[in-house]
Amino acid sequence: MTVPAGGMEDLLRELAPQILATMVRRYGDFADAEDAVQEALLAAVQQWPKQGVPAQPRGWLLTVASRRLADVWRAEAARHRRERLATQQEPAAPAQPSDVDDSLLLLFLCCYPSLAASSAIPLTLRAVGGLTTAEIARAFLIPEPAMGKRISRAKQRIKDSAIPLRMPAPDEWPQRLRSVLHVLYLMFNEGYAVSAGPYVARADLTGEAIRLGRMLHAALPDEPEVAGLLALMLLTEARRPARTGPHGELVPLAEQNRATWDQDLIAEGVTLISATLRKQRAAYYQLQAAIAAIHDEARTAAETDWPQILAIYRLLARVSANPMVRLNRAIAAAMVDGPATGLAMLGPLEAELAGSHRLDAVRAHLLEMAGDHAEAATHYRNAAARTASEAERNYLLYRAARLRPPAP
Amino acid sequence: MKYLLMMNHRPEEGTEPEQPWTPEERQASWKHMQQIWQELSEAGELIDTGKLASPESAKIVISDGVDAPVVTDGPFPEMKEFLAGYWMIDVDSEERAIEIAARTSAAPGPGGRPTRYPIEVRAIMSPPDPDL
Repeated sequence: MTVPAGGMEDLLRELAPQILATMVRRYGDFADAEDAVQEALLAAVQQWPKQGVPAQPRGWLLTVASRRLADVWRAEAARHRRERLATQQEPAAPAQPSDVDDSLLLLFLCCYPSLAASSAIPLTLRAVGGLTTAEIARAFLIPEPAMGKRISRAKQRIKDSAIPLRMPAPDEWPQRLRSVLHVLYLMFNEGYAVSAGPYVARADLTGEAIRLGRMLHAALPDEPEVAGLLALMLLTEARRPARTGPHGELVPLAEQNRATWDQDLIAEGVTLISATLRKQRAAYYQLQAAIAAIHDEARTAAETDWPQILAIYRLLARVSANPMVRLNRAIAAAMVDGPATGLAMLGPLEAELAGSHRLDAVRAHLLEMAGDHAEAATHYRNAAARTASEAERNYLLYRAARLRPPAP
Repeated sequence: MKYLLMMNHRPEEGTEPEQPWTPEERQASWKHMQQIWQELSEAGELIDTGKLASPESAKIVISDGVDAPVVTDGPFPEMKEFLAGYWMIDVDSEERAIEIAARTSAAPGPGGRPTRYPIEVRAIMSPPDPDL
């Protein structure tokens, strides 16, 4: 058996969802099958380095996982009923679909709309991404037992809801796809947010989200929002190296060293979103990607094509009720028509975003643009007091301090 | 989102309860807490809990890194309240954190009446928003 360039770990992670899908199809019990596959993966990690990778790694894993599942079921009181069920189901198993399809089926299962994202993300990382509970717990900075409980509970919900391992029917397709995209987007953000300062050691969730996004795009090349999300992630990831300074401090887009942006990721993202936008009327992720592409293509902050960004925000505000979209539109409007225009657009957002530090931060920024430094400093400080992020707080206090010394 | 639920004790606010707790009442209160812990733990929401030893045994340490540290023994009379215990939780929203704090505050006290013990809910600093 030849091991791929990434080594044994990549091979296992590629095989994990395929084995799991086969197990679920064969035995029907998602929760137990997932546990069994996880144990088979751990056995492989322990045994393969010593004994070598077996000639049929897939068959090896499937055999070990099936044995583990049989052990568990034998130990359970309801074993007769279940074993009968398993033997009944085995011959009826449908023809083996392709490997990509299996990963896709699991992705749709793990991102079932009724699961909270805090459950769906870890479950997806384990069942589709092949990460261990310990790795996922590290990524979320919570103890492994707590993460284990969360994953078990998520699996139990899927089991209780009796969601079949098949592609969603046409009438549920839009909602199910949206749910998958949302989970991948949040997974990406979770990782992206922590690429700074003391959090830098966390597992690479952005990398995982992009990997799953690529897989999804390969399986569903004609879904424009899948391409849109992948492009958005690539174009955002491209800026990651510039986003934090040497001491882990936040560096805003306008002040980033653009020479450190990843040009390969930008080229890939731009190609992808350009091809998608040519085809049809754009929706949420495609429009977000289009904005990211405009930022990424500007060689300096001053060269940013703000009129075009503003035009896209107008479209975005039509397809999304998210007040953050309108908040960002106000920034774009300020960049095109001056800060007064942007400030005037913040009023209607007061009610919806009351208590949000983002509204204060944007107001402060626009007031600073307008030259009202005293008011800007006050709003920077308000925003700093409200944010739950240390890096953001430091950044906002720094902005305030540049404008005015603190009150005695 | 991670939160610290802090159970603060305010000594001057009547350390003597109006009526003493019976063993049954203590147990009822304890059961109430156990039930919440159990549920939070099963849901993977509970990160850690701790009860702090009394401030009588507390020490305040001040050092300039050169000279021997100055160690002050408790109790500290100027202290209006002190941390008696804490729960660290990881939940989906602030609403959820408040809900848990409310259930904790409503733990039964003497006569089966809710203690209405004040719980301070503090967000633990998190990473920055991705699109700042």
